[in-house]
Amino acid sequence: MTESTIKPPKKNLGPVKWMRTHLFSSWYNTLLTLVVGYLLVTSVGPLVSWVFLDATFQGSGPGDCVGEGACWLFVNQRLNFFIYGFYPDELQWRVDIMFALLALAFVPQFIEGFPGRKWLGIFGMTGLPIIGYVLIPGGILGLEEVESSKWGGLMLTLILAYIGILASLPIGILLAIGRRSDMPIIRGLCVVFIEVWRAVPLITVLFMASVMLPLFLPEGISFEKLVRALIGITLWQSAYMAEVIRGGLQAIPRGQYEAAGALGLGYWRKMGLVILPQALKLVIPGIVNTFISLFKDTTLVLIIGLFDILGAVQSTIADPAWQNVAIEGYVFVAFCFWVFCFGISRYSQNLERKLDTGHKT
Amino acid sequence: MKRMISAAIGIAFVAGALSTTSVHAATTLESVKAKGHLQCGVTSGLPGFSQPDEKGSWTGIDVDTCRAVAAAVFGDAKAVEFTPLTAKERFTALQSGEIDVLSRNTTWTLTRDVSLGLNFAGVNYYDGQGFLVNNDIGVDDAEQLDGATVCIQSGTTSELNLADYFRAKGMEFKPIVFDTSEQTVQGFAAGRCDVLTSDRSQLAALRSKLADPSSAKILPNTISKEPLGPVVRQGDDQWFNIVKWVLFAQINAEELGITMDNAGEMLKSDNPNVQRLLGTDGDMGAKLGLPDDFGLAIVKQVGNYGEMYDRNVGPDTALGLERGINALWTNGGILYAPPVR
Repeated sequence: MTESTIKPPKKNLGPVKWMRTHLFSSWYNTLLTLVVGYLLVTSVGPLVSWVFLDATFQGSGPGDCVGEGACWLFVNQRLNFFIYGFYPDELQWRVDIMFALLALAFVPQFIEGFPGRKWLGIFGMTGLPIIGYVLIPGGILGLEEVESSKWGGLMLTLILAYIGILASLPIGILLAIGRRSDMPIIRGLCVVFIEVWRAVPLITVLFMASVMLPLFLPEGISFEKLVRALIGITLWQSAYMAEVIRGGLQAIPRGQYEAAGALGLGYWRKMGLVILPQALKLVIPGIVNTFISLFKDTTLVLIIGLFDILGAVQSTIADPAWQNVAIEGYVFVAFCFWVFCFGISRYSQNLERKLDTGHKT
Repeated sequence: MKRMISAAIGIAFVAGALSTTSVHAATTLESVKAKGHLQCGVTSGLPGFSQPDEKGSWTGIDVDTCRAVAAAVFGDAKAVEFTPLTAKERFTALQSGEIDVLSRNTTWTLTRDVSLGLNFAGVNYYDGQGFLVNNDIGVDDAEQLDGATVCIQSGTTSELNLADYFRAKGMEFKPIVFDTSEQTVQGFAAGRCDVLTSDRSQLAALRSKLADPSSAKILPNTISKEPLGPVVRQGDDQWFNIVKWVLFAQINAEELGITMDNAGEMLKSDNPNVQRLLGTDGDMGAKLGLPDDFGLAIVKQVGNYGEMYDRNVGPDTALGLERGINALWTNGGILYAPPVR
């Protein structure tokens, strides 16, 4: 809502008036309200008591989970594993720094008028990955090395999603421009690339990357599994991204190209200064949609034995010492995903409003 | 195009920098020593065999088998890195050199041994497929299961064994297939089937997941042979021998009564078998390319076979498995290790 929206008169704002117009305006709406109300009352109560009132939060072991409610103690005790995977305890500060920097770069984007938030955003896209590249694996600048087989949990999910998102956008843009190019070879290559990767399920890509690729590589050269998965995810995702962006490029009227040409701009400046800024703005919802689906698709690395947050939870709910903690585990994973996906979605709406130049109808 | 090329080069560069390109030395032992640690392939979570604990460190009998190899090679059971692998990618990971030992609940079969370019270095657990039944149906023996509905996890050899068993006995059954073991046990708990089948080592753990574990029991029948053990690449006999004799050393240590606690005192033993195993006499280690006291390092840091068994899957653990056929041959089991001499 912008501030210029005119509010209705005060007398039409009372709760009774509101209920009469929204809940009980006709007999079938009244019926629906009652049915939905009944369902809410009967389901929310038990849900709240399961999640909060009867739940066990504190304790020392499986024996403390005796109530009817959720056993959050299980999540609580394994939280370290769910977040950091096998990352050594004494080095987890490095991951914490990355979490803090990630929050520093992106949380201010939600706050109107936060000082320097544009620069923080740019830092998030450029400096942050570089710092992460140094800090998380270590092995340079006197930092102890941590092999990628020890990365796991939420941290791994974020790494996969973040690198996938960050790398697939520029590659996608190049592919989309290439597909609309006048040069037949470039256009052909881009079409083949996009159509091949888009036609293959991600699960197949990951499987190829994890099972087939090592067999093709010469003896002695081995990419780490995580890197193989990352390359697979990025290439697969950029094919999707290219098609989303191509949609935006097609929506730009021919006149814009010609006008830019008439100003004497070369091809790249025409694209960079005139066409892409308009096209990308148009397809923000599509791009964000792709980001969110990528974020959730990262859980597929489970099938190649990488412990993302879902993998970490699934491997621990099998522990015979804990009984029936599967629901708690999955609810926790769902909650984590919801927080991040909802954040991405809010950010995009924010961005759309900010970039709105009034051309939308 | 230029940008695309540079982007591609960029990715390749980042990928190259991120990955460790381990240069293979002539033998597995040399490359393991050069790396400074053993790379061991395990499951991505199977109670008692290999599972991450609260602190994210790996535990289980398969894990300890790798730790014993590390203790033998480096004198340090902690010099192991674990690679969690799914059932499908386990053999590739070994063939491609990503891991040095595969210790992942893998059944030794003729096809795997002969056609995959692998060698099974022994058996660290003799498993077999069994049945968990609801007490209500009043069955005491698998022969009475004609016409039963059976809950089973898809894509496992258990599915094939089950079909074989019922066909051989001329009985009918109706399979209800689930994706994960968690869902299988939920299906059983919900009464969708009379019987649940899985490896015996897992039945007790699955039973403990029931709301009332005493409502179900494990039948005495074992319908398949599942010898599980560590696997190495074919073509490196030295490494094959090392893994094989690490396992034998643990079994021999139990037979000779050497434990984690008394290993130090046993160094003074007059028994020549003990002396050879612990390296106070002879050059058994040197013959394998290991330090002569490799046996001492294994027993001191990981324990003998019995200690390893009790700690991970034994009666006092959540799995609660009796030794059964996994006892020493002297105690009625089938564990029999050749002598160290």
